Amino acid sequence: MLSESEIHAIDHEVSLVPHKKAAVIEALKVVQQHHGWVSDEKLEEVAAYLDMSPAEVDSVATFYNLIFRKPVGRHVILLCDSISCYVMGYKKLYEALHEHLHIKFGETTPDGRFTLLPNACLGCCDHAPALMVGEDLYRDVQVQDLENILAQYK
Amino acid sequence: MEKPLTQHINLQQPLSLKEYEAKGGYSAVRKALKMTPQEVQKMVQESNLKGRGGAGFNTGMKWSFVPMGENAPHPKYLVANADEMEPGTFKDRLLLEGHPHQLIEGMIVAAYAIQADISYVFLRWAYKKAAALIRKSIAEAYEAGYLGNDILGSGWSLQMHLHTGVGRYMCGEETALLNALEGKRATPRAKPPFPQISGLFGKPTIVNNVETFCCIPHIVNNGADWFKGLSKSEDAGTKIYGVSGKVNRPGAWELPMGVTVRELIEEHAGGMKNGYKIRGILPGGASTDFLTVDHLDVKMDFKSVAAAGSRMGTGTMIVMDDATCPVGFVHNLQHFFAQESCGWCTPCREGLPWVERILLSIEKGEGRTEDLELLQMHAQFLGPGNTFCALAPGAMEPLQSALKYFRDDFERHIHQKGCPY
Repeated sequence: MLSESEIHAIDHEVSLVPHKKAAVIEALKVVQQHHGWVSDEKLEEVAAYLDMSPAEVDSVATFYNLIFRKPVGRHVILLCDSISCYVMGYKKLYEALHEHLHIKFGETTPDGRFTLLPNACLGCCDHAPALMVGEDLYRDVQVQDLENILAQYK
Repeated sequence: MEKPLTQHINLQQPLSLKEYEAKGGYSAVRKALKMTPQEVQKMVQESNLKGRGGAGFNTGMKWSFVPMGENAPHPKYLVANADEMEPGTFKDRLLLEGHPHQLIEGMIVAAYAIQADISYVFLRWAYKKAAALIRKSIAEAYEAGYLGNDILGSGWSLQMHLHTGVGRYMCGEETALLNALEGKRATPRAKPPFPQISGLFGKPTIVNNVETFCCIPHIVNNGADWFKGLSKSEDAGTKIYGVSGKVNRPGAWELPMGVTVRELIEEHAGGMKNGYKIRGILPGGASTDFLTVDHLDVKMDFKSVAAAGSRMGTGTMIVMDDATCPVGFVHNLQHFFAQESCGWCTPCREGLPWVERILLSIEKGEGRTEDLELLQMHAQFLGPGNTFCALAPGAMEPLQSALKYFRDDFERHIHQKGCPY
């Protein structure tokens, strides 16, 4: 069941748009804020609440790369793999993260601490390479900085 | 040299509404409200402001297609495209994080010019700092009476909301952006009808880039001729240019429209880092054709870059140095475009992954001579006129120009069966 606070937040989003369906992305964001990801069960509940079919909601959910349809770790690392970060050596950061955390892109550490994902251009090209951990942005990142960055996230 | 857009930029502590007002902020709203909406449109059209998101269409002209008058459909919408995601582009981040009230003021004036009722800032998810600043600035503008009902006693009302996206490059395409705002998959829409006639929820809608809106208050305050006079070329105004790659001082700077590529790289970006030479330049983001060292004296304006065989795009350039493999570089770009294709039309959905795989096989030393013809063929099949939107044609620009300028590198990979870099 959608919790009271989820329903409250979704109702608010519905009130801002001309018809219920238009709030579906916002509703998925609400669910993800509460649970970290969007499970099949939650997706069906959102669909029922907005008078949509689960397939219709899933077509939207799977389109956007920051709606997670699989469980993710407590902290999601988004490593920019676009062109300026490519030129400035994001691959070295990837290799170091892989060595440190023993996970590849798309994987989560067994202790559920980190998920590692590639991300399209973070708009920090003048401070490449760049990455985000959760909502925090790190710029001009060098391999030797990684250990201190990761240590901040338990 | 005047720098209207960046004179008040402060990345540590952007101006509050009160501080901005003390420096003349929101005077453009007061001035515009004393003019007719058509007069504001005309002024912007005469200023020759061209869209700063990459397409370069005359902004006032774009507005002029919105139905006006008593019989016009309502609500009308106005949207700021702050979904900056073109690889290599970081100019709107500067404007959003350094001076959010300038954007809001520009949006209010633009909304008045088309008599919009509801406006959105469509901001990409990753710009967390900008989201907090815009939320705060919108609240301040409501409190001061620049937003809400009966703005400054004019009888005209405007609401403004912040919408944060959940990823996907496609959201930057204006009709796909409207689908995303409607809660749908961000696929492009057929045009016509154009958004000015039938946009968000089927109502008249204007979508403009952040930098475009930021020019508006200055045009209204100082006039069309002043704006034209800022430029060194036919295209009016200043431009936020940027340089990234292995240069000494990567960054973004507001400069007169029409500075040369050389001035940007050598003076503003401090030249190449020790030991590196320029091999190629993408002048305006990932979806623009390469320029080379032969083009350093090309002026960075819409017409001059086009005459050199590329596009100004976003005006934020990426420099490819001589230690970076052109095949790997172009593969990285095509990986991005293949991944970000929305899947709506076949040439893009099917073609881009093929291009990516061919490039990867060449990079790994498994390429065949005939692969170069295959890539060339794709550059035409996925080019202008064959797809729903500009994503695939944009993707083909760096590919076709890389095949032209760096063909030796592609051939060396094939003959040596490996990457020589």
